[in-house]
Amino acid sequence: MTPPRRRRRDPEQQPPPGPAPAGPGGKEGEQRQPERLYILTGATDGGERASIDLVTLIVACADPQPTATPEQSALLRLCRSPLSVAEISAYLSLPFSVVTLLLTDLLAAELVQARAPVVRKATPDRSLLEAVMHGLEKL
Amino acid sequence: MDWKSSDPVPGPRAEDHLPHTARAAVKIVIVGGFGVGKTTMVGSVSEIRPLTTEETMTQAGVGVDDNFGSDSKTATTVAMDFGRISITEQLVLYLFGTPGQERFWFLWNGLFEGALGAVVLLDTRRPEVSFDVIGRLEERGVPFVVAVNSFPGAPRHPMRELRAALDLSDEIPIVECDARRRASSRDVLMTLMHFLHSLATARAPV
Ligand SMILES: Nc1nc2c(ncn2[C@@H]2O[C@H](COP(=O)(O)OP(=O)(O)OP(=O)(O)O)[C@@H](O)[C@H]2O)c(=O)[nH]1
Ligand SMILES: [Mg+2]
Repeated sequence: MTPPRRRRRDPEQQPPPGPAPAGPGGKEGEQRQPERLYILTGATDGGERASIDLVTLIVACADPQPTATPEQSALLRLCRSPLSVAEISAYLSLPFSVVTLLLTDLLAAELVQARAPVVRKATPDRSLLEAVMHGLEKL
Repeated sequence: MDWKSSDPVPGPRAEDHLPHTARAAVKIVIVGGFGVGKTTMVGSVSEIRPLTTEETMTQAGVGVDDNFGSDSKTATTVAMDFGRISITEQLVLYLFGTPGQERFWFLWNGLFEGALGAVVLLDTRRPEVSFDVIGRLEERGVPFVVAVNSFPGAPRHPMRELRAALDLSDEIPIVECDARRRASSRDVLMTLMHFLHSLATARAPV
């Protein structure tokens, strides 16, 4: 029995037709949503949001002040040692988009520090790839 | 959200804290259809108990059914599992398992951006599920390898046939794996890393 075959999609037809995401601030890439779906809290200006990734590491710079909201306090306590945004979202049971908004405020107030991820580039850094391979070997 | 300051927030276990020297993270995405073993693979190699991050989406009812007015919406929550592997005192690798069906692609904007690469998990009982994913990764220029889990009773195709069926070019690795075994999952990640390294070498200026 031969497996079913994949049919390449016609690149002329990309992206699949669909309305632009609701709310202002969609960046270029976000215009290509395949469906009428948008992030609940996505209707912000989008400036700071773009710089926060699921794997940005967050570290608190200070202990929570009494004026902090419960969410902010919880986040600051969690981040006494570095923690990814994804982990913060998981522990606080808050969607990524909500954590991003929280962090935008905390970053502006300099209560947390963000350590940006290393991202894929057209020519990836071979020493980085080698470090990852070395780390996996030890697993 | 109903938050009380007295509510204890569960946090990482003592052994799950990253060292203060952790400076940067990288991510790899594991993508495939329902029940193909994404969670299993993330869990088998992760140093932390796999966690879940959620995103709430609303599906606007525009043009679907105007009986309830044009702003009727259905909220859907989509969960993504992820795990972590500390590479060095400075570098951390995160693995995200994400569903491959087209209706989940809204998740991809933040996810594949910057990811080192992807593993496409393929269940040979339902390979179609992965076809669109492969097309989408090609369009987005995300390098990937294909890992075939050997489910009991799954048809076994010679690699050559599978490659032809998936319409994959020769350089893209296809490997078999058992996502339940750490060593096997680790080998899949290693295959991806070797592939990325070969791409980097090919593109490096001489
Ligand atoms: N034989 C075999 N079973 C596997 C393998 N990987 C996963 N399974 C089993 O398949 C079932 C589904 O695995 P999951 O890891 O939950 O799959 P998933 O892709 O996360 O599923 P959804 O999140 O529901 O889409 C579980 O019972 C696993 O034990 C594999 O490589 N070989
Ligand atoms: Mg799962």
